[in-house]
Amino acid sequence: MATLQSPESSAPARTKKPSAPTKKSSAPTSKVQKEKTHTPEEIQEAVQQYGRGDKILFKGIKDKKLRGNLRKLEYKYRAAATNAKDAEMLLEEEKGYLEAEGMERTYKFSQKELVKAVDVATAQKGFELKLPLFGPYAIDYTRNGRYLLMGGLKGHVAAFDWRDGKLATELQLNETVRDVKWLHNEQFFAVAQKKYTYIYDYAGVEVHCLKSHIEVTNMEFLPYHFLLATVGTAGYLKYQDTSTGALVAEQRTKMGAPSSMCMNAHNAIIHVGHANGTVTLWSPNMGTPLVKMLTNRGPVRALAVDRGGHYMVTAGQDARMNIFDIRTFKEVHSYFTPTPASTLHLSDTGLLAVGWGPHVTVWKDALKTKANSPYLTHLQEATAINRVRFCPYDDILGVGHAGGFSSLIVPGSGEPNYDALEANPYETKKQRQEAEIKALLNKLQPEMIALDPNFVGKIDRATIEVLKGESEEMVRHKAQDGKLDAEVKRKQRGKNSALRRYLRKKGGKNVVDERRLKLETMMKERAKRNQGLPVTQKEELGPALARFVRGK
Amino acid sequence: MKVKTLSRSAETYNPTGTTAVPQPRNLNPELHPFEKAREYTRALNATKLERMFAAPFIAQLGDGHVDGVYSLTKDPRSLNVIASGSGDGEVKIWDLTERRELLTVKAHEGIVKGMCFTNMGGEDQRLLSCASDCTVKMWNPYATSNGNIPVATYLGSGAFNGVTHHRSEHTFATASSVIDIWDSSRSKPVTTLNWGADTINVVKFNQSETSILASAGTDRTLIFYDLRTSSPVTKLVTGLRTNAICWNPMEPFNLAAGNEDHNTYVFDMRKLSRALNVLKDHVAAVMDVDYSPTGEELVTGSYDRTIRIYKAREGHSRDIYHTKRMQRVFSVAFTTDTNYILSGSDDGNVRLWRAQAAARSHVRSTRERVKIEYDTALKERYKHMPEIRRIARHRHIPKTVKKAGEIKKIEEASIKRKEENERKHSKKGKTRRVPMREAMVISRE
Repeated sequence: MATLQSPESSAPARTKKPSAPTKKSSAPTSKVQKEKTHTPEEIQEAVQQYGRGDKILFKGIKDKKLRGNLRKLEYKYRAAATNAKDAEMLLEEEKGYLEAEGMERTYKFSQKELVKAVDVATAQKGFELKLPLFGPYAIDYTRNGRYLLMGGLKGHVAAFDWRDGKLATELQLNETVRDVKWLHNEQFFAVAQKKYTYIYDYAGVEVHCLKSHIEVTNMEFLPYHFLLATVGTAGYLKYQDTSTGALVAEQRTKMGAPSSMCMNAHNAIIHVGHANGTVTLWSPNMGTPLVKMLTNRGPVRALAVDRGGHYMVTAGQDARMNIFDIRTFKEVHSYFTPTPASTLHLSDTGLLAVGWGPHVTVWKDALKTKANSPYLTHLQEATAINRVRFCPYDDILGVGHAGGFSSLIVPGSGEPNYDALEANPYETKKQRQEAEIKALLNKLQPEMIALDPNFVGKIDRATIEVLKGESEEMVRHKAQDGKLDAEVKRKQRGKNSALRRYLRKKGGKNVVDERRLKLETMMKERAKRNQGLPVTQKEELGPALARFVRGK
Repeated sequence: MKVKTLSRSAETYNPTGTTAVPQPRNLNPELHPFEKAREYTRALNATKLERMFAAPFIAQLGDGHVDGVYSLTKDPRSLNVIASGSGDGEVKIWDLTERRELLTVKAHEGIVKGMCFTNMGGEDQRLLSCASDCTVKMWNPYATSNGNIPVATYLGSGAFNGVTHHRSEHTFATASSVIDIWDSSRSKPVTTLNWGADTINVVKFNQSETSILASAGTDRTLIFYDLRTSSPVTKLVTGLRTNAICWNPMEPFNLAAGNEDHNTYVFDMRKLSRALNVLKDHVAAVMDVDYSPTGEELVTGSYDRTIRIYKAREGHSRDIYHTKRMQRVFSVAFTTDTNYILSGSDDGNVRLWRAQAAARSHVRSTRERVKIEYDTALKERYKHMPEIRRIARHRHIPKTVKKAGEIKKIEEASIKRKEENERKHSKKGKTRRVPMREAMVISRE
C-alpha cells in the first residue's frame, strides 16, 4: 500500500505547481514538453523521507537488459518518493505546539492554564475520573484512539468512547485485574485477571478464557499478526493467535517474574524487562532471546519504544531512565528520575511521558538530543501513577493512577494526519467491518517477525557455509523435537534375533555340533558387519584381488 | 503562551447524512509498518486466488465433428469467424461469439489437411481447403445461399498437406510432394518449387515480408523460398521433422517450428545457425503451433493430448491445458483478440479455452480493474519467492504426461551424463558442449 503510489495521490499536487505557459500555436497532438518539476535538492529530500533504502548502482553492470531494468526500477522508486512528497500538500492538519514567551517555561504551565488557553473542543478532552475505590488503573487506547479501556486492580473494568463519553461496557470482576488490552479493534479486549486471562466483547460478555495464560502481569497485542503476547509471574512469554485461537509460541524467559514489557511497533518484537536489570527482546520464532541487554542496575520498571523502532527508553529501580538506540544497541542518553519511574510511553511524534510517584513528566526532543528541562509536568496529588498512554492521533495523554483516570492535554503529542486505511479515528461501522476483513486477509504469519521487518524478499547474503550450518541445525532441532535423533535414543537392537534366541535357548549349551558352529560363524559375521568391517576374505582383499580367492 | 492543539472537526471527517466519507491518506512510512511482509502476504493471496479461479476451459463449439479435427484456421479479418476441417472431409465454419456453426459442408473425400482464409477482406473473403483427395477448394464463408458449393476447385497431382494464401495478391501455395504456387484465377499451378523432399508437410507465407515462404518436409528440412526469384533461399536440416510452422506476426523475420522431438524452436530467418529459443515441456511431438497476434505468446498442441502456452521469450510453458476427453491435439489457434485459444483434437471436438486461465471477460468496475492491476504488479514483484513460485507453478497434469515427463528427464540426464563422461576422457577442447539451441541444426545450405 505504501510503496505503490496510486496516480490519484499525486495528481492534485501536480496541478498546484505553476505550469509553464503553453504555446498556443502547438498542435493538439504535438509532443508534450515534460516539465521539470523537482530540483535535485527536492528529490534528495523526498528520497530521504520516502525512499526505500539505498540506490542501486547499475552503472557498472555489464548485462544490458538487467541494467535497463534496474534503471527503470530506480526511476520508478524515485518517482514514487517524489510523488509521496508532493502528496504532503494534501495533508490537512498540522501538529500542535506549546511555546513559552519571555520568562515563561513550558513545564510551568499547569493543566488548568492549558485548558483555559486551548479551544473549547480540546478543553473538553481534558477531564478526570475519580475512582478511588478500585485503583490503581491500567489503561489502553484502541489503535485509532477512539476508545479507552480501563482496568482497576480490584476488578473494575470499563470500556468507553471517551470523546463522546459513551460507555460501552462496565464490569465488576471481583478479582485482581493486572492488565487490560484492546485487541484488533474495539469489539474485543483482553483482561489479565487473577489466574487466567479472559477475552470480553464490546458488550462485556466473556467470550474466551485463555487457560494457558496464567497469572499474567503484562499484555501486548500485535495488530498485524493478530497475536496476543502475554507474560506472567512464572516468566513465560506466550503468543496466542486471536484469529485462529492457536497458541503460537511459548517462550521461557528463565528470568522469573518480569518487571515490565512493551512492543516495538516497527518490527513486532516484544521487549521484556527483568528484575536483574536486563531487557530481553523476543520473537515467537526463537526459544532464546534475540537480544539481551543490561540496561539498569536494578529491576527494569518500565519500557517504551518509539514508533519508528529507533529508540528504546528504560526506567529502572535505580532511578535512572536510559535511552538506547536499538539499531546499534548502545546507550544514547541517561536521565535521572527523582523516584523510580513506574511507567513510560512514547507518543507518535516522539514525546516521552514518564510517570513517577504522583508526577507525570513529558519530555520533548529527549531521544536524539539530551534535553535539559521537561516539556510539561503534572502532579496528580495524593496518588501513584500506574500507567501513562498517549492517545493516538490526538494531543491527549491518558494517565491511570490509584485515584482513577486523568486525561491530560499535551499539545504536539499526536500524529496530526491519520491514514484512513491503517487506523481511522472517525471510522463508520461499515468501514470498521471492512477493515477487519482486510486485516484478516493480510494477516502476517508469526514467522515474519524478525529484528529487521523488511527481510522478506531480500537475498540472504550469508556465505554458503553459514547457510548450510543453519539448515543442518534446523534439521537437528526438528529431529530432536520429534524424538528421532538416533543419538538421543540408543535402543539396543538385535537382542532378540531368531538366531540369538535359538542359540540361547535351544542348542544345548555344551553340545557343539555342526549346526551350532555354523550358527556361531553366522553370528560373528553379523557382528562384524554391524561394526562396518568386511565380512569375508574377498571383501578384505578388495575388488582387484578378490577374483583369486577360492570359493567354498 | 502560544498554544495549538489538534482539534479536528468531526463534521469534516465524518459528515452526517452522507455515506461518502473522506478517507485521508498519509504516506509516511512510519504509519505503514511491515510493508514488505504485508505486500508479500497480499502477493501470496493474489497468487492463491489466481489459482483458485483458474478455469481455462470454456466450451466446445457446437457438437464438433464426427471425425478428428486436423486443421483449424482463423479469419485474420474477423474477430469471430474460424473454420475447422476434419478427417472425414467435412469443413465447418464457426461463429465464435455464438459458438454455433455457420456452415457445414462435406468438402472433400479424404482428410482435410490444410485450410486458410484469403486475406482479401469484405465480400471477397474466401476460404481455401485442401485434402488428401488431390483437390483444393475455395469456399465463400459469408455466403447467404449456396455456401455449400465451392466457388472454385483446383486439381493437383498429389495429396495436399497444406495451403497458405498470399497476404495481398491472389496467389496461394500448396504443399504436396512439391510446393505449387497457384493463381486463384487459373486452374493449373503457376510455379512449382522443389528441393529434395518427398513430401512437404506444411507451407506458410510470411504475412509481412509477403513473398517469403517457409516450408517443412518429411526429410527433416525447413526450406525458405523467395517468390520474387521463384527460388529457394535457405535449407535447414533439423534432427527430427518439423510438423508445424508459424510466423511471428509482430517480428516478421522470426518463426516458430513445432518439431517431432517434443520441442518448438523459434528461428530468426536471417541467422539460422542456431535457434533463438527452444520451447520445451511437451512429452510428445508438437503437432501445431500458433503465435498470439501480439507475438508475445505461443500456443502449441501436442500428440501427448495437452495444449501448452509459452511466453515467446521463455523456455518453459506458462500453462498447460488438458481435459479427460481431449485426445491427440492436431490443431491450435489463438483467436485474433488474443483472449482465447482454440484447439482441434482427434476426438472431433473444437474446444474454446481462455488464454489466461484465471481471467474473466466481463466489464470491470474501476475498483476491480485497479485491484487486478495491483495484484498483477505484486505477483510480478514477488514471483521469485519460493512459496509463491510453488503455488503459481503448480498444475494438475495427467498421470501419463507426468510419468512420461519423469522418464524423459531421466533419459535426458543419462544422455548428458554420457556426454560428460566422454568429455572427461577425451582430449581437452575436443568435444565441445553443444548448446541445445544449436544441437538440432544438422546442416544448412
